[in-house]
Amino acid sequence: MGNEAQTPDAAASVDFQEVQQTGQFQELRKRHRSFVFPMAIAFLLWYFAYVLLADYAVGFMSTKLWGNINVGLVLGLLQFVSTFGITAWYVHYSNRKLDPIAAEIRNEIEGHEFDKGSTVRGAAK
Amino acid sequence: MSAMVPMVNVAALKDTTLLNVGIFALFVLVTMVIVFRASRNNKTAADYYAAGRSFTGSQNGTAIAGDYLSAASFLGITGAIAVNGYDGFLYSIGFLVAWLVALLLVAELLRNTGKFTMADVLSFRLRQRPVRIAAALSTLAVCFFYLLAQMAGAGSLISLLLGISDWGGQALVIVVVGALMIMYVLIGGMKGTTWVQIIKAVLLICGAAVMTLWVLSIYGFNLSNLLGAAADSAKNPNVLNPGLQYGKTETSKLDFLSLGLALVLGTAALPHVLMRFYTVPTAKEARKSVVWSIWLIGLFYLFTLVLGYGAAALVGADTIKSAPGGVNSAAPLLAFHLGGPLLLGFISAVAFATILAVVAGLTITAAASFAHDIYANVISKGKADAGTEVKVARRTVVVIGVLAILGGIFANGQNVAFLVALAFAVAASANLPTILYSLFWKKFTTQGATWSMYGGLSAAIILIALSPVVSGAKTSMIPGANFAVFPLSNPGIVSIPLAFLLGWLGTVVDKRREDTAKQAEMEVRSLTGVGAEKAVNH
Repeated sequence: MGNEAQTPDAAASVDFQEVQQTGQFQELRKRHRSFVFPMAIAFLLWYFAYVLLADYAVGFMSTKLWGNINVGLVLGLLQFVSTFGITAWYVHYSNRKLDPIAAEIRNEIEGHEFDKGSTVRGAAK
Repeated sequence: MSAMVPMVNVAALKDTTLLNVGIFALFVLVTMVIVFRASRNNKTAADYYAAGRSFTGSQNGTAIAGDYLSAASFLGITGAIAVNGYDGFLYSIGFLVAWLVALLLVAELLRNTGKFTMADVLSFRLRQRPVRIAAALSTLAVCFFYLLAQMAGAGSLISLLLGISDWGGQALVIVVVGALMIMYVLIGGMKGTTWVQIIKAVLLICGAAVMTLWVLSIYGFNLSNLLGAAADSAKNPNVLNPGLQYGKTETSKLDFLSLGLALVLGTAALPHVLMRFYTVPTAKEARKSVVWSIWLIGLFYLFTLVLGYGAAALVGADTIKSAPGGVNSAAPLLAFHLGGPLLLGFISAVAFATILAVVAGLTITAAASFAHDIYANVISKGKADAGTEVKVARRTVVVIGVLAILGGIFANGQNVAFLVALAFAVAASANLPTILYSLFWKKFTTQGATWSMYGGLSAAIILIALSPVVSGAKTSMIPGANFAVFPLSNPGIVSIPLAFLLGWLGTVVDKRREDTAKQAEMEVRSLTGVGAEKAVNH
C-alpha cells in the first residue's frame, strides 16, 4: 500500500445526486432518521429529567424503598438499564432494517449503476 | 471513627513502593514488546494513524473503554463517591449515557465519511481550509485540556504510591511517564497505542471486578448493607442522597446542570474517541465497537459505585481526604485494605498504565490532527506525500509529549475528574454542533461551521478563565487573584447552546451556498458506506 490519496476511488465517477433521489435511498434515510432522532430525544429527556430530580428534588430522591436503597439509586441504576436497552434495540434495528438496504444500494453503486452518463440503470430497469 | 471500621495505616504504604514499581515495570516491559512487534507493519499513514484499519469491533471497543476509563474515571469517580456519596455517582451516569449520542448519531456515519481525523468529516462538503483549520485547532485544545488532567492525575497518584511527596521528585516521575508515553507513540503509532489500551482495559476491569466482589462479599452480597455501613462510617445518612456536593446553593445546583450537559454531549465530540472509529474496517465494526465499549464502560461504572461506597465504609472519608493524593487515593487505599501490598501494587500499576495509555491516545490524536490537517492539507496544500506526513506526525508527538510533561508538572495537584469535565465542555461546545449539523442538516454552510467552532471554543475557554476554577476561590489555580465574574465552574450550559445557535445563525445569514453534489455524496456515503476507507492488507 502506498499513499492512500492515490488509490483509485471506486466512488469517484458516481452521480451521488441521482442516488440520493432514488426511492430506495430515501427509504434508508427515513428508516435511519425515524429511529435515531426520536430515540435520541427520548433518552436525553429521560437523562435530564433524572439530573433535574437529583438537583432540585432531593427529598423525593432520598425516599427509602428497601433498606438503604432509595429512589435516587434506583433511578440511577435505571439509567444504566435504559442505556443498555437502547443499545441492544438499535443493534437489532440496524441489523434488520438498515444494513440490508444499505448493502443493496452500495452494491448497485459499486456495480456502476449510478455512474455519470451511464445508461446501465435505465437499460436494466 | 467507630472501632468497627479498621483504619488503613497510610505510613505503611511506603513499604510497598518497591513492589508497586516492580509491577509497573513488568507492565511497561510486556507492553513495549507488544508495541515493537505491532509496529513492524507501520508503513503508511493509514498504518500509523489508523492501525491499518485492521482491528475488530470487539478489540476496538475494548481499546475505546481503555481510552475512556481514564484516571479520572477510576481514581476520580471512586474518590468522589467515597467522599461526596451519591453526587459522585452522577458523574458516571453522565459519562455512560453520553455513549448513546456516539452510537446513534455519530460513530457509523463518521466512519463512513472520514479517513483519519475529525476534520476529514467536517470539511467533507464545506470549504476545506477554514473548516480544517478550525477543526484542528479545537482538536488540539480539547486534547490539551484532557492531557493536562491526566498528567495532573499522574502527579497525585505518584505522591501516594511511590511515597514521593516533594515537588521535584514528583516532577521527575512525570518526566519518566511522559518519556515512556512518547516512546510508545513514536514506535507503535496507533497500533501500539491500541494494544496498550486493550491490555490496560482488561487489567483495569478485572482488577475492579475482583475488588467489587471482595467488597460485596464483606457485606453478604447485600448492597443495602454496604450503603448502610458507608452512611455509618461517614456518620451522615445524606451520603446516600443527592446534593451533598452540588446541592449547597442555587449556583452549585446550576453548576451541576451545566456539568450534566457537558458530560452527555461531550463524549461524542472527543477527538481521540472519534479517531478510534477509523481503526476498524467498516461502519458495522464501528457500531460493534461502541456496543462493546458501552457494555464494558457501564459494567465498570457499576463497579465504581460499589468501590466508592466500599472505600467510604472500609477506609473512611477522613482517612482518604488526609492521605497524600487526597480524594484520588480512595481506590488505592481500598485495595490496600482488602488485599494488602500485593493488591495495592497491582491496582497502582494499573492506574499508572491507565494514565500512560490515555496520554498515548491523546498524543497520537493531536499529532495526527496537526500533521494531517494543518501540515498536509493546509500548509503544503495536499501535496505532501504520506511519508513526510508521518514524519511530521512523529515530530509532533515529541513536541506534544514535552508540552504534556511541562503542563503536568504545573497542573500537579489539580482535581482530575474536574479537569476532564472541562475538556468535555470544550469538546461539546466546539465540536458537537458542527458534527451534527454537517451530518444531518443539508443547508449547513462553511460560515455556520466556523462561527460555531470558534464561537463555542472561545466561549468555553473564556468562561473557564473567568470562572472560580481559575481565580477567586481557595481551590482555584490562582488563589491569590479574583477575576471570577462567571459563577459556574463548568461553562457547558452557556457555551453549548451558544455554539448551536451560532452554527444556525452563521448558516442562515450566509449568502454563499455549498456544493449540493458534495452534500449528496456525503449523505449517501455516510449511510451506505460506499467508497469508505478499506482495511490495509499486509
